[in-house]
Formats: sequence, structure tokens, C-alpha cells
Amino acid sequence: MKRIFLIFSVSALLFSSCKKDDPAKEYDPNVMAELSVEFDNIAGSSDLQLNTGNYSNSFGQQFKVTKLKYYVSNFKLTNVDGSVYTVPQKDCYFLIDESDAASHAPVLNIPEGEYKSISFTLGVDSLRNTMDVSQRTGSLDVSGVAADMYWSWNSGYIFFKMDGTSPAITGMGGVFQYHVGGFGGYSTPTVNNLKTITLDLTSRGTPKVKSSKETNLHLMVDILKVVNGTTNMDFSTTPMVHSPTAGVPIGNNYTTMISHDHTEN
Amino acid sequence: MNRKYWIFIFFFLTGIIACEKDFVDGFIGFSKPANFPEPVYRLTDNEITKERFELGRNLFYETLLSADNSISCGSCHIQTAAFTHHGHTVSHGIFDRLGTRNSPPIMNLAWNTSFMWDGGIVDLDLQAVAPITNHLEMDETMPNVLDKLRNSGKYPQLFRQAYGSDEITTTRFLKALSQFMVMCVSSNSKYDSVMRNEGNVTFTADEAEGRLIVKQKCGNCHPEPLFTDNSFRNNGLSISSVNDEGRFKVTQINTDRYTFKVPSLRNMAYTAPFMHDGRLLTLDAVLDHYQSQVQQTENLDPLLLQNSSPGISLSPSERVKIIAFLHTLNDRSFLFDKRFSQP
Ligand code: HEC
Ligand code: HEC
Repeated sequence: MKRIFLIFSVSALLFSSCKKDDPAKEYDPNVMAELSVEFDNIAGSSDLQLNTGNYSNSFGQQFKVTKLKYYVSNFKLTNVDGSVYTVPQKDCYFLIDESDAASHAPVLNIPEGEYKSISFTLGVDSLRNTMDVSQRTGSLDVSGVAADMYWSWNSGYIFFKMDGTSPAITGMGGVFQYHVGGFGGYSTPTVNNLKTITLDLTSRGTPKVKSSKETNLHLMVDILKVVNGTTNMDFSTTPMVHSPTAGVPIGNNYTTMISHDHTEN
Repeated sequence: MNRKYWIFIFFFLTGIIACEKDFVDGFIGFSKPANFPEPVYRLTDNEITKERFELGRNLFYETLLSADNSISCGSCHIQTAAFTHHGHTVSHGIFDRLGTRNSPPIMNLAWNTSFMWDGGIVDLDLQAVAPITNHLEMDETMPNVLDKLRNSGKYPQLFRQAYGSDEITTTRFLKALSQFMVMCVSSNSKYDSVMRNEGNVTFTADEAEGRLIVKQKCGNCHPEPLFTDNSFRNNGLSISSVNDEGRFKVTQINTDRYTFKVPSLRNMAYTAPFMHDGRLLTLDAVLDHYQSQVQQTENLDPLLLQNSSPGISLSPSERVKIIAFLHTLNDRSFLFDKRFSQP
């Protein structure tokens, strides 16, 4: 009897220590923790190299990328238990600039937990696009990093900008400029190039976010998808894209450029 | 020196001081003229104070805002021309580069629902970014402009007086400029005096009849008291060589092609030339246009298609009366209001 009791109590102990390992119990949803979301810009299977890397589109036209910048905003995370956390809007606009390594992995403050999916806006939502100038600070400051991500003649942020050169372009120094914006207009409905990206995180490792450690969600952003997709961009016929309407095909292409690669837990 | 002289100088000086004082102590901020509707501009988000208005005034006339420090907002928006670029069909910018559009007046902007001939800008607070960064106009960058102001001897102090600290931010900069522009209210024409029953001002017979004709034939697009309904319309100008597609540029909607914002009819005596590209030099030419030169281009406004031929029928006597009435919309005091002049 004594023995049985011992076994029983040992297994109970084991059981309870097992319990301790159960993530659901480890997370305190009232405690905020950091999750960095890394936007790793690549071109197909190689790391993107500004100015030097040589890439080609589906027409076989060679090109180089001299500038790559885009806004990501309005992050939402879905917990494995199904609850959704929306990062407060005021902390939630990031400009990813390939030439500035410090901008590549914005850090979100979210409740501890394990998350099964993430979604965010590629661009700057229409509400913010129409807000008072005093609400446009940090990454949205038109005298700061947003200086070249803003259309002043048609008030609105540029969501995505990829500039480069291609020998397929005759004249104008062989330069192409793909600038996409357009949030749907203030009073008159106009082109809306805002894209919501939703990524499943379960197949490549769910982030287990705790205040005691760092967690990094590693996303790949493949710029070849910008030029090859539903519409294959031809540099020789379309070197310049500078308006919401002209940007529609590129906007549709780049909805597929971001994927979840792995999670560093 | 002769005693009379001294007395004269004494009174002259006290006069100046009294005037100055009047202005300093009597700063009244924004006040809506009794015959105007409520303003559109969100004054609650930009409380007008004397110091901020004065900062805005300095910035409006500041050449540091351009790449080679040669051009200010006031270069193209000249007070004595009701803040237009009088005499220029299209504006001349930096290095004498030519734009494609005529400078509109900085006048009663607090009632505008959008800005620019195509309405591409919807918030006055964001307006200044456009000319500053336009390579045909001031060709600068916003970060550079703020840096130049930070490094100037003058501005840190003006910002401190206006906002309590030296910090020069985008918001402070743009809102101060807006304060100046919002304050540029022109509401002291003869027409306004008649409407507000001030003194014994009355219309002449021609002016009174002219008013009725304008109401009837122009008023659908140019309604009182601001003489614009802020809409975008095609009034039948022929398509110019630069093929400016107007509002279409902003909305990309086919029915907006060749439509432009309806401008006000106030202060026409000072703002020639007329239309978005300044193609018409006189009011007579404007009336000639409406009477006989309206072109049936894409999206011509249906109001101009009500007669057998496109346009508005106008008899010679109607023309005289219209012009007489339009002259009652001139507000000379606006051109010489010391509050708005170069500091
Ligand atoms: C080179 C000449 C030039 C300069 C300098 C310039 N503007 Fe203008 N401004 C124009 C022209 C031309 C337009 C009309 C442009 C259009 O419709 O595309 C305009 C339009 C405007 C409007 C819109 C008015 C309306 O009724 O829609 C405002 C407000 C304005 N400017 C303010 C400014 C301010 C503030 C500055 C200085 C930061 C400035 N401008 C500098 C030429 C100029
Ligand atoms: C269908 C609407 C419509 C009607 C009716 C109309 N206008 Fe206009 N008006 C406009 C528009 C739109 C413009 C600007 C056009 C442009 O520049 O492309 C304009 C411009 C003007 C201008 C030039 C102002 C400036 O600052 O450049 C004057 C003056 C004018 N109209 C007077 C009149 C008079 C007088 C009548 C009546 C006889 C009249 N309009 C009838 C729509 C209208």
C-alpha cells in the first residue's frame, strides 16, 4: 500500500511538473512581450543586394534594384486559442527600407502567448491617410523618413516603392520607378491599393511569445513576385508607375511576395 | 526745427504707436464674417494665436523654403494681386521654371473643401508640402527646409514664442502656415457691406440687376456668398496643348476628365489672368467665352448645354450689368491689410 502510494504521488508530481510545461499555463495574457517581425528582402533564392545584384524578370530582362521601401501597418495576431490581438494603431506603422538595416524587423508589443497567424496591411490605411497632420509622426512624418513616401499633389502615402535600372529601358538612364499608393480617396472613391496580408504560422513554427525571451518571426519578401505575377511587368514598355491606377497590377502582384519562413523562438 | 513740425511728428508717431498697439492688443484671431457660412477648416485642431499666426506669416514670406533660397510662397501669391501671381498666365517657379497652372488666390481658404485646381489636396495643413517639394516651384525637401529653419538665427525663437519650445516639427511648421492662410479672409467688398446692411451702402440699379443675372446664369456653379460651390466642372474651355486633364489626374475617373475646381468670383479686378491656365486676360474675354466659345469637349457641364448652342446666352446689357455686379465683389482692403503683408 505504501509503495502504491509512493508511485501514485511520484506520478502525480510528474504529472504536475508536466502541467508546468504546458504552454497555455506558462503564458500570462496580462503580461506584454515583444515579438519582432523580420522582413527579409530577397530576390528568388538569393538575398537582395541593392545596386549590385542582377536579377531578371519573366521576359528575361535584366534589372537591378536601387531602392526598396514599403509600409507595413495595422498588425493583428491570432492566438492558438482563437483570440485576436490588434496592436494599437498609434504604435503600428513601420517603414521597411532595404538600405536601413535597423528598419527591417519592427518590434510589436503583444500579450504573451502562442500565435497561429499574423495579418497586417501593406500600406497606410485610409483612416490614417486622412488624419490631422499632428497624427502623422515617426515613420509617417513627411519631413522625416516619409519625405519620399508621400504624394503631395494627390495627398496620400506611397505604400510601396521599388526603383532600379534595366538595360531593357531605352533612354532616361535606363531607370524604372514603381511607386504604388492609393487608399480609396477622401470624398470621391478612387483606386484602393491597400492589401491585407494574412500568414499562417502553424506550418513553419508558431511564435511562442514570452516576456522572458526574444521571439522573431522571419518573413521572406521576394521582390521577383513584384514584377512576375498576374501581370508580368515589362520594363521596356512600363518603366514608370507613379499613380494609384497605374499601380494596380503591381499591387496585385505583390500581395504574394511575403511568406513565413521560420520562427526563432 | 519749427514747432509745428514737432507737433506733427509727435502726432504722427503716436498715431503709429496707437495703430501698432491696436493691432498687438487687439488680435482677434479668426472671426467668421456675418454673411458667410461656418468654415470648413477644423479650427479646433489649430487654435489661432497671435504668435502662431505671426510665425505663419514669416514662413509664408520665407525664401529658405526654396532650394536656392530665392522663392517664398509670397513670390507666387502676391498680396496686392489678392495673393495670386498677377500678370502670369502660369506660375514661374525656381530658376524661372514654368508650371502649367495659374496661381489661385490665398483667400477664404477656410471655406474650401479641397485645394488646387484638381482638388488633389484635401487638407490645408498638407498644402505647403506640394509647392515646397515640386521641382518646378520650390524644389526643396521637407527635411531640408526644417533643418534650414532650425539653423537659422530667427526661427527657433519664433517657434518658442508660438509653441513654448524651440522644437521645429512638421506639425508646427504646417499648422503655422495654415494659420496665416486661414486668416486671409476677404469679406469687405461692397457686396458684403450691402449684405450685412453696413452704413448706407446700396447697389446701383445695374449692380442689383447684375446680381440677379449672375444668380440665375452663373449661380449654380458660382453661388453666393463665396461664389463657388467647390465642385469640379468642365466649363467648356478648349483643350490646351499640355492637355491638362484636371480632376481626372487625381481620381482617374473618366467623368472627371477636363473638370476643374470652380473658382470664386471675388476680387476679379486684381487676379487676372483667369482660368486654370490663365488663358483669359479680361472679364470681357471670360464673358465672350461663356457666350460664344464654349467647346463641347468630354464632360462639358450640362448647365452649359441648355441652349441651342453650347454656352450661356448674354445680351449686351446683361453683360454690362454682370460686370457691374462683379466689380462689387472687389475688396481693396484685403490687398492692403497690414496683417497679411511681408513682415
Ligand atoms: C512657383 C509659384 C508658387 C509657389 C512658390 C507657391 N505656390 Fe501655391 N500655388 C501655385 C500654383 C500654380 C497653384 C495651383 C496649382 C494647381 O492647381 O495645380 C497653387 C496653389 C496653392 C493653394 C491652393 C489654393 C486653392 O484655392 O486651391 C494654396 C493654399 C497654396 N498654393 C499655398 C502656397 C504656399 C503655402 C506656398 C509656400 C509654401 C506656395 N503656395 C508656394 C503657385 C505657387
Ligand atoms: C457649369 C458651371 C459654371 C457656370 C454656369 C459658370 N461658371 Fe464660371 N467657372 C466655372 C469653372 C469650372 C471655372 C474654372 C474653369 C477652368 O479654369 O478650367 C470657372 C471660371 C470662371 C472665372 C475665372 C475665375 C478665375 O479666378 O480664374 C470667371 C471670372 C467666371 N468663371 C465667371 C463666370 C460667370 C460670370 C458666369 C455666368 C455668366 C459663369 N462663370 C458661369 C464654372 C462655371
